Amino acid sequence: MNIMSRNRAGVLLGMALGLSMATSPALAEYPDRPISLTVAYGAGGATDFQARIVTMMSAKEDKKGNAVYLNGQPMVILNRPGAGGQVGWNRFVQRGKKDGYELAAYNVPHFIAQSIVFPGKVKYSVDNLEPIANWGADPAVLIVNKDSDFNSVQDVVDFARANPGKLTVSGAGLYVGHHIANLQFEKAAGIKTKYVPAGGGVKGMQFVLGGQTMAGFNNLSDAYRSRDRLKILGVADLQRSDFLPDVPTLKESGLEVDDSSVNFRGIMALKGTPDMALKVLAEKVPAMFNDKKVVKKMKAGGSPMRVLSREEVQAMWKERQAYLTELLKDLRKK
Amino acid sequence: MEFIQYFSEVFTPINLMILIFGTIGGLLLGATPGLSPTMAVALLIPFTFQMEPASSLIMLGAVYTSTVAGGAVSGILVNIPGAPANIATIMDGHPMARQGRAIEALHYCFISSLVGGVIGVLLLIFFTPPLAELALKFGPSELFWISIFGVTIIASLGGGSILKGLIAGGVGLWLSTIGYNPVLGEERFVFSEHLAGGIHVIAALIGLFAIPQVLSLVSSAGSPPGKGKLAELRSHSVLKSFSYNIRRVKALVTGTVVGSVIGIIPGAGGQIAGLVAYDQTRKMSKDPSAFGKGEPDGVIAAESANNAMVGPSLVPLLTLGIPGSPTAAVLLGGLLINGLFPGPDLFTVHGAVTWTFIDSLLVGQVFMMIFGLMIARYSVFVTRIPNHLMAAAVIVLAIFGTYSVQNSISDVVVMLVLGILMYYAARIGFSAAPLVLGLILGQLTETNFLQGRMIAGDEVWSYFLTGPINQIVIALCCLSIGYSIYNERKQIVKRRQEARA
Repeated sequence: MNIMSRNRAGVLLGMALGLSMATSPALAEYPDRPISLTVAYGAGGATDFQARIVTMMSAKEDKKGNAVYLNGQPMVILNRPGAGGQVGWNRFVQRGKKDGYELAAYNVPHFIAQSIVFPGKVKYSVDNLEPIANWGADPAVLIVNKDSDFNSVQDVVDFARANPGKLTVSGAGLYVGHHIANLQFEKAAGIKTKYVPAGGGVKGMQFVLGGQTMAGFNNLSDAYRSRDRLKILGVADLQRSDFLPDVPTLKESGLEVDDSSVNFRGIMALKGTPDMALKVLAEKVPAMFNDKKVVKKMKAGGSPMRVLSREEVQAMWKERQAYLTELLKDLRKK
Repeated sequence: MEFIQYFSEVFTPINLMILIFGTIGGLLLGATPGLSPTMAVALLIPFTFQMEPASSLIMLGAVYTSTVAGGAVSGILVNIPGAPANIATIMDGHPMARQGRAIEALHYCFISSLVGGVIGVLLLIFFTPPLAELALKFGPSELFWISIFGVTIIASLGGGSILKGLIAGGVGLWLSTIGYNPVLGEERFVFSEHLAGGIHVIAALIGLFAIPQVLSLVSSAGSPPGKGKLAELRSHSVLKSFSYNIRRVKALVTGTVVGSVIGIIPGAGGQIAGLVAYDQTRKMSKDPSAFGKGEPDGVIAAESANNAMVGPSLVPLLTLGIPGSPTAAVLLGGLLINGLFPGPDLFTVHGAVTWTFIDSLLVGQVFMMIFGLMIARYSVFVTRIPNHLMAAAVIVLAIFGTYSVQNSISDVVVMLVLGILMYYAARIGFSAAPLVLGLILGQLTETNFLQGRMIAGDEVWSYFLTGPINQIVIALCCLSIGYSIYNERKQIVKRRQEARA
């Protein structure tokens, strides 16, 4: 076993040197054991489900037995759910080792919003985490029941203006993408709604389907799957979705709502992880996300992909941090 | 009748093999404390990546069905329910085992599971569209009243004193508030870092049932095997069990009806199905005092209910994408990964896969019973294990089972502390069941009350008190409380008369 893995490392080393003199030998050494990936949500939820797909090719080897992505090492998923992700992420920054073998899945805007709203309780923020790569992006959409009287975003806004505080809107939880979308929606339309955190995206959808709430913000991918039982009125993104070309963006409906609520999912490490490891991950992880099998499974599961490199995610985090600090400043809990 | 033509798909060699191994594996996983049906299905999802869609769903379905039934094995034999759904089963199942009737109890358990399970799946096959409509009618207010209905039953589960049952249930409800508020995210009652994530139901379940068991096994470690544990096991013919079981129509019907109804309601889950069915059967019985002392009807009602729930819990899942139970939620992931989106397409475009899956659930129920009955035969070996080895095995399973739920050592600490406290509480007459149910129902009650309160705004009273389903459930709550008071008074009068005589 030991000899075999040493041999494999040797082959890789030779290959790396042969292919490119610039590649450092360290590249071939990390990782030499499995990497754990903390998922701060329960098994079977959307984040867990997608994380399992995008990491499934981690240990892939080509036909000659050479490792393709991460030296043939698998990524092992650890679910640590609780309090909208707070339990898992808190644990990750407090207990995780900065050796490049402990990674976590992130959800933006969730973790950034939580770090802004609960500064004492939440131990993580963009300052102690390092993005690796992004795999997916799921915009929030405004939905109503098929039998609803609302036929456009304007109908919803008109009702909310005439009946302040009466419009009930469901979403997955507090300070997640759906909640941010609703906060932006309220601000842009100058209305006051009643946001009901349902405890999960599917539950939020159920409230709209069952008529428990008048409207809801939910994941585009989930709404798309249920589109025959819903009216999808608007997309909280900068451009229309390929899945729903007929649904206008909220901006097109005259509301100043941007893409800040789009639910980005990806992989992150702790700040202080060795540069060598970060470099390997930043190079290999996006390639792993783009593996043909991964793309096929994600598509089959109706999960919209958006692969972003480490630099792109760094920029996205920074932008979200600035915007959300402004949006949530009145909600800050000391 | 479309489903009939796909039975042949279930019986292809590969699918049949998957079904058989899934069922046996599920029974064993279910019998392991801590490996709840939800966990078992979640663990298997990655293995389905490389399989054909129909085969992967057959495996997940087989495991779902059989873990629910398998959880009764450890419950009956060692008084540790394999999953929350099996709590009601042990109330009479374990006393039966203590009387040496473990094999008989296991027979009833698997036969009733078959009856409930098959009827549940038939409901799924024939009544999916109307049932899906019904499922959507349950919002926060309806679920709130259903969990209150569960609360009205807690006290009477103490076995003996109503007062102790109420106290234990109250403590359970309080335990459920530890950790984060499920809706608003505020932290409450977090005295120790170990409690930051709240008390996980599985950790509490294992701690409260397994640890006192271990401690009492240790305290009787010197005595010869069998003594203080289970009486010598009496064998029991399967045919005799069958004919007795089938004649217990009232318990079977109550269990199946209650299980099916609760299965449809998204979010209520199997733990309540077994509990409500058990309670109803006892209330309607001619001799309620026999329950808790080894009455087969208790096992029959609870097990037919928690398996009857499986089929209907898939109704809102397959038609609307709304899972009726936590396990169904994980199964949703299994569907999506195969490109099967819940909705009408599932029964038309993907009909071949969907109907094969549903048919396999039916066939799986039969396999589950056959293998279950075989396991029952070998349960005699469990009773021959010396106490000290049994205690060691249970503690190892308890710790690994608890840790594996969320990979959290805090859960293990919570489990051990609760278990040790329960050991002493049990000595002064408290029982674990009302505590665990308080914990489960507390979360359900609080979440739905808070959400209902937010939806209702200024119209709280009319939101919670109007609407036909609300009023029906409120009436059931009143009846349940009224009956308990009436029954308690009758008992007191009877005791006084006996004392005078």
